[in-house]
Amino acid sequence: MKDTILKVKNLKKIYHDKKSEIVALENINFEVNKNDFISIVGPSGCGKSTILSILSKLEKQSDGNIEMDKNITIGYMLQNDSLFSWRTILENCLIGLEVTKQLTSENKQYVLDLLKTYGLYEFKDKYPSSLSGGMRQRVALIRTLAIKPDILLLDEPMSALDYQSRLAISDDIYKIIKNEGKTAIMVTHDIAEAISMSDRILVLSKRPSKVKKVYEINLTDKSTPINNRRCKEFSTYYDMIWRDLDVHI
Amino acid sequence: MSTYSEEHKNYLKKLKKEKIIIFIFRLFIIVAFLIGWELLSKYHMINTFLSSSPSHVLKTASKLFYDGSLIKHIGITMYEVLLSFIIATVIGLVSATILWSNKTISRIIDPYLTILNSLPKVALGPLIIIWVGASVNSIVFMALLINTFITIINIYNGFISTDKNYITLLKSFQASKKQIFTKVVLPSNYINIINALKINISMSLIGVIMGELLVSKSGLGYLIMYGSQVFNIDLVITSVVILGIISYLMYFIIDKCEQKFRK
Repeated sequence: MKDTILKVKNLKKIYHDKKSEIVALENINFEVNKNDFISIVGPSGCGKSTILSILSKLEKQSDGNIEMDKNITIGYMLQNDSLFSWRTILENCLIGLEVTKQLTSENKQYVLDLLKTYGLYEFKDKYPSSLSGGMRQRVALIRTLAIKPDILLLDEPMSALDYQSRLAISDDIYKIIKNEGKTAIMVTHDIAEAISMSDRILVLSKRPSKVKKVYEINLTDKSTPINNRRCKEFSTYYDMIWRDLDVHI
Repeated sequence: MSTYSEEHKNYLKKLKKEKIIIFIFRLFIIVAFLIGWELLSKYHMINTFLSSSPSHVLKTASKLFYDGSLIKHIGITMYEVLLSFIIATVIGLVSATILWSNKTISRIIDPYLTILNSLPKVALGPLIIIWVGASVNSIVFMALLINTFITIINIYNGFISTDKNYITLLKSFQASKKQIFTKVVLPSNYINIINALKINISMSLIGVIMGELLVSKSGLGYLIMYGSQVFNIDLVITSVVILGIISYLMYFIIDKCEQKFRK
């Protein structure tokens, strides 16, 4: 029944500079099934984002394997929305298609439909400066979805927003991802956000990071992220993960 | 318009008033300066032979205009300025693109660019005459020495300070270097490039006049040189005034282009 589309095996990453080398990741193993929503949490600076960078081929691993079907495409949603100020919202959403040379009228229609579905159609000819932070984040997600990725990588997608918008947008993004039937891997430092959105959470240790623990999140009455925060198991998970992170101030 | 509140109307009025005040004072400074200069020379408080006067400048300018030499000299100078401006712009854009696309080359070239840029190029004047000969070529060459390096450096600095997030984003779509350049680096640098061109145009004018002072048979720099040799101060000052007007006009044109791009 479970359809594994990505296997990460013994992933290792070393960063070099003049004076030293830093082992950021060591022995990272995990699997991703279709339609999973996985979160990666860990102490700051532990190399969470590095995993996403390697999966999206922005960086090369020092050792280890990533097993993935050839025809699987990956979409990366960065921490910063990085909307081009000189392009309209629609043009911003089409940039991925332009770069990958898939700008057909059919794909353009798909983007227009996404904009329509998620309430941004009337802004399609506006420039990013006229949008709120939350709307910009939704545009960034649609830009990522435009290339029809099978796996979405989300690097702290809400961290630039204020608390209220974060809650609202995490609901939005969650719904969009589920509606479009995508698989997602999200990096976050926000434990509550991870529990409220994910099916599974990987907790990383301090550098050199390993997967310290894996939690299957089973909430009774699981629905949307905001509602999930009210489930009775929520605080139990929170406490366990908090203890795993072992934060000393 | 009528829907604006009283406060907003007052605000607009204040803005308008400020604009008028600035315009009046600008006008006042130049008019006061010209009248003062004219009066001082009229009542012989300053020596018109040494410092000329507005009426002399006007007379000289109209004389030059009617015998056709004014247009000729301005034309020559403008031709040299535009030629060196265009060449430097092309060289600047191409070199900055090469330096951007290859970090190793840019690191190798960097100290030489700095040296060439800070070297006082006037010092090379006599050499240029020997190498290139006494012609329009040597004037344009002089101007190019002065405007090219600063243009390369300014455009290149704009290119390398392109927002890293933009570049990461394109890389996440596996964009090629060429795509990154045409889709992000160039469009995000329009304003930088125009600023570099603003500096380029003033440098071109400086370079051309410098070249004309060294060696020439025509042009505004030649008029200045010739005027000072025969002690015709009227001619010198007339040429300087015309130069001032030209440089303001050229700056004005590029500024207008910039405003168009900002929209």
